[in-house]
Amino acid sequence: MKRLVAGAAALAVAGLGMARWAASRGRVPAAAKDPLESSRWLGITINRPPDEVAPGGHLPEPLSRVDAEVRMNRAPGDRGTEIYARPREQRAGADGVLARLRGEDPRTGVRTALRETKSLLETGDVLRSDEEFETTRPTLPGKVLDMALGRVAEGGRL
Amino acid sequence: MKALCWEGVNELSVEQVPDPAILNAQDAIVKVTASTTCGSDLHLLGGYIPAMRAGDVIGHEFIGEIVDVGPEVNRHRPGDRVVVCSIIGCGRCWACRHDEWSLCENSNPTPGVTDLMWGGTTAGIFGYSHAMGGFRGSHAEYIRVPFVDYNAFTIPEGVSDLDALFASDAAPTGWMGAELGGVRPGDVVAVWGCGGVGQMAARAAMLLGAERVIAIDRYPERLAMTARHVGCEVIDYTSTDVTAELRERTGGRGPDVCVEAVGMEADSTGIQRVYDGIKQQLRLEQDRPIAVREAIHACRKGGSVFVLGVFAGFVDKFPLGALMNKGLTLRGAQQHGQRYIPKLLDRIAKGDLKTSYLATHTMTLDEGPKGYDMFKHKKDGCVRAVFRPWA
Ligand SMILES: NC(=O)c1ccc[n+]([C@@H]2O[C@H](COP(=O)([O-])OP(=O)(O)OC[C@H]3O[C@@H](n4cnc5c(N)ncnc54)[C@H](O)[C@@H]3O)[C@@H](O)[C@H]2O)c1
Ligand SMILES: [Zn+2]
Ligand SMILES: [Zn+2]
Repeated sequence: MKRLVAGAAALAVAGLGMARWAASRGRVPAAAKDPLESSRWLGITINRPPDEVAPGGHLPEPLSRVDAEVRMNRAPGDRGTEIYARPREQRAGADGVLARLRGEDPRTGVRTALRETKSLLETGDVLRSDEEFETTRPTLPGKVLDMALGRVAEGGRL
Repeated sequence: MKALCWEGVNELSVEQVPDPAILNAQDAIVKVTASTTCGSDLHLLGGYIPAMRAGDVIGHEFIGEIVDVGPEVNRHRPGDRVVVCSIIGCGRCWACRHDEWSLCENSNPTPGVTDLMWGGTTAGIFGYSHAMGGFRGSHAEYIRVPFVDYNAFTIPEGVSDLDALFASDAAPTGWMGAELGGVRPGDVVAVWGCGGVGQMAARAAMLLGAERVIAIDRYPERLAMTARHVGCEVIDYTSTDVTAELRERTGGRGPDVCVEAVGMEADSTGIQRVYDGIKQQLRLEQDRPIAVREAIHACRKGGSVFVLGVFAGFVDKFPLGALMNKGLTLRGAQQHGQRYIPKLLDRIAKGDLKTSYLATHTMTLDEGPKGYDMFKHKKDGCVRAVFRPWA
């Protein structure tokens, strides 16, 4: 369903979700639906050694504030620390789909916390977009874009 | 303040928009003194890059003066005359630390879009859609520059505004194509496209020691400009079979390194233009990879092809067989400007690298829509229109 919502909205903004669209037309083989989607660990790599990511075993903010299981390990090579999290509350099946549609997918919060934790540890800040400072005017294509972006902006591979 | 805004496909207008403000402690506000059109904007204008909203300020290649800095800015002060890289880097993620700045992991506040489209998050870019962070562009009186310590470079005294301007985007992009394309002394290098980017790539190939450089385009004035200012050979693709000509000029081998500086709206005299044009209009492919196909076909066995031109999604009739069987290396990237800008400013100061001649038309910000019309349709020999908001 997430696939479908993202696919339909993205098509309307001409190409945003071309991958999914192409897949749905059979031009690109569609990936099988991931049966573990709602229970997979979300992982991110932070360019800092483990003892700086979690000094004394204390989880960094804002990750420490979300209701999630967290684990971490040194990343291969010189890549720093791999940090993994997943919501304690897992919503599978129809329940999960409804939660996502209502914008209440617990994975979204974990994903955002991981990204922000990484940015804070690496740069000391979380970059804000000029979007907060709107110059743009509401138009119909703009609204469709908002819908599509709202769905995908916080999503992604992570 | 005044700014040039994208209003819809092929629609631009100058509007009053709120002044930018410092939103993060490592930001600066830059008073824009010169900002130029780039081929990448044409893809926005033509509607080929999704995620634009009416009212978005465009422009990403610029210089200016720092007028305000956030409390955590260390390397710059108000009054600094700077060139700003078009691509935003944080300077501290693994990608930035490895000099792959356009792959920055912390500079795109809307990372989900590129992540879904391409399977990976890419850097924020000024004035380049809500998929690339939703940052306002530089065709404006002022602009907010995030992580300014890493993205702004003080312009050496003696380097003019118009010379420094192209160190923001066109010159580092061209340099990257030649360098990461693997140009070595003695190589033969072919460059597709004689816009600002292609000309800079051709010049970079010469400075990296290429023995022969051959640039390809259709506009006589661009070909003449390239021959004159870059000092390389040129081919007009409308009157020549490019692949045959390249083979004849290279002892039958083909160029060692091929740099594509054309992008998704490539043109051609043959059936390919019709074929790709129709497929692109029907959204059956997003990009027209005509020059990429030709570069792969022309490249010598074991050679390398670097894609500098911007592509957004899927292409059709990609010559994977040639790539595989001829043992080619194919690479591409948005520019890693921060890696090259200081060196390029030095070369500009020393006179090794000329850039200001690209600015064929200088005008006010109010003339923005006219500047883009000239640039898009290559009217009056326009290679780059430069807007000076305070002139
Ligand atoms: N990788 C990056 O970071 C980066 C940075 C800046 C620009 N770009 C891209 O580089 C490309 C060129 O930018 P520009 O500012 O020079 O644009 P431009 O529009 O001024 O130049 C493009 C040139 O390509 C020529 N061309 C079209 N079809 C051709 C073909 N089949 N063979 C040879 N030449 C052909 C055109 O005649 C034109 O002169 C664009 O796609 C732009 O988006 C990429
Ligand atoms: Zn550009
Ligand atoms: Zn970075």
